[in-house]
Amino acid sequence: MIRDTTIGAKLWITAVWAITIFFVLNVLAIIATVIVSSLGTRWLGTWLPNAFTLNWYASAWQEFQLGPVLFVTFQIAFTVVALSGLLGVTAAYAMARRDFPGKKLVMFLFLLPLLVPPITFGIPLATVLYQFNVGGTFWGVVLANLVPTVPFVILVMIPFIEQIDPKVEAAARVFGAGTFKLFVHVLMPMLIPGILASLLLVLVRTVAMFELTFLTAGPTSQTLVVSLYYAVFASGVRAVQSIDAMAVIYMVSTLVWLLVALRFVNPTQIVARGNQSSNAH
Amino acid sequence: MQLASMPFNEIRLDRMSRSFGALNALRDISLSIKKGEFIALLGPSGCGKSTALNCIAGLLSTTGGGIYIDDKRIDQFKPEDRGFGMVFQNYALFPHMSVRKNIGFGLKMRSRPKAEIDTKVDEALALVRLQGQAEKLPGQLSGGQQQRVAIARAIVIEPPLVLMDEPLSNLDAKLRLEMRAEIRRIHNQMKATTIYVTHDQDEALSLADRIVVLRDGAIRQVGTPHELYERPAHLDVAEFMGFRNRFAGKVVSRQGERATVSAGSFSVSGTVAEDLQPGESAVLAVRPDDVTLSDGAPGGVPVTVEAIEYRGREYVGIARTPDGVEIIFHADHAAAPGSTVSLSIDPARALVFAA
Amino acid sequence: MTSSTPQDTTSLRQKLALRGIDGVTLLVLPSVLFVLAIFIYPFIYGLLLSFAPIREGGMFANYITFFSDPYLYNTIAATLRLAVPVTLLSVFVAVPVAMRVRLVRRQRLLTTLLVLPITLGTVLVAQGMLNYLGPQGWFSRSLMLLHIISSPLKLTNNYWGVFLSLIITVFPFTFLLTLSYVTGIDPGLEKAAATHGASAWQRFRHVMLPLLVPGLAIAFCLTFVQAFAVFPSAVLLGAPSGPTRVISIAAAQAAFEQYDFTMASAIAMIMGVVQLCIVLIVLVVRNLFYRGATSGGKG
Repeated sequence: MIRDTTIGAKLWITAVWAITIFFVLNVLAIIATVIVSSLGTRWLGTWLPNAFTLNWYASAWQEFQLGPVLFVTFQIAFTVVALSGLLGVTAAYAMARRDFPGKKLVMFLFLLPLLVPPITFGIPLATVLYQFNVGGTFWGVVLANLVPTVPFVILVMIPFIEQIDPKVEAAARVFGAGTFKLFVHVLMPMLIPGILASLLLVLVRTVAMFELTFLTAGPTSQTLVVSLYYAVFASGVRAVQSIDAMAVIYMVSTLVWLLVALRFVNPTQIVARGNQSSNAH
Repeated sequence: MQLASMPFNEIRLDRMSRSFGALNALRDISLSIKKGEFIALLGPSGCGKSTALNCIAGLLSTTGGGIYIDDKRIDQFKPEDRGFGMVFQNYALFPHMSVRKNIGFGLKMRSRPKAEIDTKVDEALALVRLQGQAEKLPGQLSGGQQQRVAIARAIVIEPPLVLMDEPLSNLDAKLRLEMRAEIRRIHNQMKATTIYVTHDQDEALSLADRIVVLRDGAIRQVGTPHELYERPAHLDVAEFMGFRNRFAGKVVSRQGERATVSAGSFSVSGTVAEDLQPGESAVLAVRPDDVTLSDGAPGGVPVTVEAIEYRGREYVGIARTPDGVEIIFHADHAAAPGSTVSLSIDPARALVFAA
Repeated sequence: MTSSTPQDTTSLRQKLALRGIDGVTLLVLPSVLFVLAIFIYPFIYGLLLSFAPIREGGMFANYITFFSDPYLYNTIAATLRLAVPVTLLSVFVAVPVAMRVRLVRRQRLLTTLLVLPITLGTVLVAQGMLNYLGPQGWFSRSLMLLHIISSPLKLTNNYWGVFLSLIITVFPFTFLLTLSYVTGIDPGLEKAAATHGASAWQRFRHVMLPLLVPGLAIAFCLTFVQAFAVFPSAVLLGAPSGPTRVISIAAAQAAFEQYDFTMASAIAMIMGVVQLCIVLIVLVVRNLFYRGATSGGKG
């Protein structure tokens, strides 16, 4: 790149990097605080806790009934993954391969749930779900979480499907593959990396989705992040370390999937996918 | 429009070098370019020609040697302070600016008065014949028109040196010929000192006053198109200039400029391109159009015809010597594939290089 | 359907196929119906519900109540006071950082670190910040160690707690978006500008910035909409009955404490309208600029 060696330029570069590093250090420190606290016996007015222990994890597991909560969380998350994969991939295929009247409108329809923040559409959505007696149930939470994830899968998969040469499909049809066989034997193997990446991100999003689950969950359909919110909200009732232990369990349950997903996608794409297409019109 | 007479006589590269870690992309490039000269940097991809151009432009820093305009050393200057113009391979037109703004960009950066920018841009538009397109955005132009804008943008600032980085490689064959003529016309009119990077020897031969052949980051030969075409100094330059038939062997005799090389079962005579004595190993290289069917005349090379095809005015064939060396030859009549014929090689047009 | 011969159905099918509608196109239907039923319908339902108040006073009663009760209407200002500075700061810092980071060959570590707060979400960041920014937390301790301050800063349970937590979760989002826009600009354009005499500042001002503006407008909108919907951190890190009583808290209270879903829907609609207004303003301004290709010629 074009080098610039004047003092002003050097100062500017240093300042930009200083801000970046300061930001990253704070992010890491925030995460580290939670981890250190969950491992400490007592931590009051010192740099580090007096001693370290793993007991808080056991007590958090007991106190917050994390076993059932985690079970529900992943039950919800995997249901959302399966349904959004099914709905999203098929719709993305149609969007990528056909030009039909009203396609732009349909595209806009898919973009909206990604652009409107969950809390804004979550309240009327929760109202409707309670109206139909699914509010507060497992399926209520699943339906609410599908609202942003189905469009997300569609938007990630459209460019992925577009890059596959339609001639490959034509060839498969010439050799006698029907639509279903075409999907299973020809398209799926080629789409696996894209599907896997998008569904892993859906998994991360669902485990971490607070607003929609908070608005639609009942006592038996709470996910981990909502339980964590209630625990922090009612802090003072339980020991901080216990809440932090729960927070660490939550972190692990999210980051594992993120790390796997990052093997397939670039972090920039996680945020940039949705609006690249919104930019096109 | 006339280039304002820039107060300089020559641009000089003095042992200019660039390395990327252990890799020497450019080694001791020395060259002096007279004002108004059109220089082509020619070489296969990866030979360092683009690196050289970027170093001259200041987009890459050099790691050794110097660049001078007369006696002023400029290799430490930032690219914007060198005052050159450059035409990029993918044009690099500013997509958000009209053609007029694109061409006027360099003048605006130099804070010239608006009236002056307008007249100069108009002159440049006329020079590249784009008068009607001034208010369009680059995206609305064809490839050839975009290329003209890129050229106008580079020369409107009346730079001491215009750099062109494979400017025709993105165009289709027909447009390439047209733009080649266009570049020649503009150069004849403007006499702008130009360094033109290309991997296409036809382009270099037809445009340049002098050609610099680069290989592995070093200069192999510098000369006029005629010198390079007729008397390449090294075998690799010769290959680049169309000497596709090669016979490896030993020099058996030498008389003045003429040397005879024995290559297995036969021997061929040619003109020495490098100083060679009898007994040394050598390669004789000759263009296909200098190899013809000898029709029984003595001294030919006996070969078996493998394939022959009609090319309109003449025939072009592939044959193989008894030792298995492939030869491409031209003929004015067909010869049956599989038949044994003899080929004659014009000793004045065959060159003998050190192996 | 006895009158339609096989030929007729084929020709109808062919006609539809010519317009791009066939079996494959129908695959889009389940998703469209889903979004219509679970996203569009609730929105319309909520809109209508907001005009059917429980309280007395006609169909606009909810809106009249909202705009006459300072405890309610002040939430808009409180939310804007958080969202606007956070968005502006994020976008203005994201541009120079992205301009720098794009030159770095190994961006992966940095981008991965920045994706962490986005992934972990506001609740976890809030819990971490309660401790980290608290009076005994590492942040104040470090500043005291460096003798920048003499007594701990109060950064939780007030405006600044929410502000900082928003920055932590929103800035990485803005930055990664901006980075994707910046790297989308053909580096050759900057080189072309440099060889034709533009200094670093001129290159940014005349070439990079005009090409970035459309993308930055989008980044601004998305960031703002997110920041405006701030919820958990406003409760956990802020003063939810005081200066950080944001509009989503008012909506959640109406729904889950007063069980007045008509009022909650009305507040959600007001929230949507404010977001829409800001987004429209930004998009109108953006359309004044060039938008289109960000490369300088044929690829």
